[in-house]
Amino acid sequence: MLRRKKKLTQGYQETPPSVSSFQHFRRVFFSRGVVVFGSIVVMLVILMAVFSPLIAPYDPYAQDLDNTMAKPSLAHWLGTDTVGRDTLSRIIYGSRTSLIVGVVALGLAAGIGLFLGLVAGYFGGITNLIIMRFIDTLMTIPMMLLALTIAAVLGGGLTNVIIALGIALIPTYARLMCGQAMAIKQNDYVTAARSIGAGNLRTMIRHVAPNCFPPLIVMMTMQIGITILAEAGLSFLGIGINPPGAAWGAMVSEGYRYLTTNPILSFAPGLSIMLVVFAFNMIGDGLRDALDPRLRGTL
Amino acid sequence: MSAYIIRRIFLAIIVLILATLVVFVIMHLLPGDPVLLYLSKDAYSRFTPEELAAARHEYGLDKPIIIQYFNWLSGVFRGELGKSISKRTEVTVEISEALPISIYIGIVAWIISHAIAIPAGIICAIRRGKWVDTILTIVANIGISAPAFWAGILLIYIFGLYLNWLPIFGYTSPLVDFWLSIKKIIMPVFCLSLTPLSGCIRQTRSAMLEVIRQDYIRTAWSKGLRERVVVLKHALKNGIIPVVTLAGMSIPLILGGEVLIETVFGIPGMGRLAVNALFSRDYAIVQGIVLVVAVLVVACNLIVDISYAWLDPRIRYD
Repeated sequence: MLRRKKKLTQGYQETPPSVSSFQHFRRVFFSRGVVVFGSIVVMLVILMAVFSPLIAPYDPYAQDLDNTMAKPSLAHWLGTDTVGRDTLSRIIYGSRTSLIVGVVALGLAAGIGLFLGLVAGYFGGITNLIIMRFIDTLMTIPMMLLALTIAAVLGGGLTNVIIALGIALIPTYARLMCGQAMAIKQNDYVTAARSIGAGNLRTMIRHVAPNCFPPLIVMMTMQIGITILAEAGLSFLGIGINPPGAAWGAMVSEGYRYLTTNPILSFAPGLSIMLVVFAFNMIGDGLRDALDPRLRGTL
Repeated sequence: MSAYIIRRIFLAIIVLILATLVVFVIMHLLPGDPVLLYLSKDAYSRFTPEELAAARHEYGLDKPIIIQYFNWLSGVFRGELGKSISKRTEVTVEISEALPISIYIGIVAWIISHAIAIPAGIICAIRRGKWVDTILTIVANIGISAPAFWAGILLIYIFGLYLNWLPIFGYTSPLVDFWLSIKKIIMPVFCLSLTPLSGCIRQTRSAMLEVIRQDYIRTAWSKGLRERVVVLKHALKNGIIPVVTLAGMSIPLILGGEVLIETVFGIPGMGRLAVNALFSRDYAIVQGIVLVVAVLVVACNLIVDISYAWLDPRIRYD
């Protein structure tokens, strides 16, 4: 009898195994090798940026005019540049520029963009129309051209590059947040909050905003890569950190002039940019798989 | 449909007018003396205060900012974008020489990237988890991560300096010497396509995966239709919609990429013109370029919006 019952209900589980959302997140997030790889790379780069002075074998600014354009050797793993500075040390210090600009510019853009998007999406109507037309307008100018123009007009330097990228990246966040806020606003719990007397500000911040976050986190992770690439592009063009400072894009540009004699000068920093951006993109992919409810259960 | 198109054109015009305002504001409200926008830095330091005041008056800079904006805007409508300081030529002349080159390279890059990426993305989706999918996905992920300017330098090193197959610098019009022109644009076009190509493979793949799970695709299969019909006729029609959005968004991406790629390969297009103008503080040219690029992007977006409605009837009635 018991056996027969078992046979009838084979393949059917009465209660699905309970998995907390964090366990689910962890399981999906770490299920792909590239995501694990990306996480490790990002962690290493953060450590590298924080502990640059301890890790770098040489002073990245120290010139050694007797030993210029050295090929890779045991003393200088990636060789030296035109004034004898150690390439590896400059790459290690360059990670600071990339991460600082990437994170701060992204924070700036996300802060302004999310606020504008939230207000536009929550209030709708004329507010939405005005804010979103402004965002559409910013989007008509390619991000790279806009950032370059603002940075050049402001006069270059790290702060100005951050401001320029911060402004140029606003539209992406504003649009996503606006769409999210418009959708979330329709939920019953928002109406409930309103009916017990919550004001606009409270409803926006306590009820609408937190529920918009999963896709935004994914978007922000993916955008770190784009921001780092844009910063590299600007510093490649010569706008960005001032000369003695190390930035990967600027190193590629310096090395480009000596491509025939010492190609590693431009190859190594470029590879660093690619690796870091790749790592952030993979984390973004992993987060999307783990956080985006539409894809849940398919993996 | 026509009501939808008219509404879109109306919106595009509003956005364009706002774009002129944004261009004007960037150039005029950011810190710095507005005369600097018209005089180069060296000239500025040589002038006496009286001469500066005269220069301000000459360029209408002593008038309220709103009047300045309308003066500039009316010039724009008459096709006058001002004079270049460093080259002492009309900005319209400079731009009309550079624009066709950038548009040509941009269109080639746009077509090539989508002609490769859409079929590649479809193959990835229908062969999910197989080796083709794995390889193409890895290539696409590397493609969106590689800085395009650096990819250009790698190509110059390999194909230009090491193998000596391709010329590494400059631009030749296809009307002058077709083969040389092709040879010269291979590497720049590859670099420009890299990001849109990779993005499009990823987008096509995920959009198609989404569609392939739907019930009507299962119905199509169970009717006994061939794979080609199911994929190209049933799945692609819905799967292509997000790809069209991305294809529209890749136009500003390519135009922005030209800033870097034209600099690397020494192509005398809009991107290099903008970079040179910014470094010589020739803001009249920059203002003109940003405006022309904005017009291009708005026009392309309009085309995308219309084709979008044509592909997806639901959108027309929004």
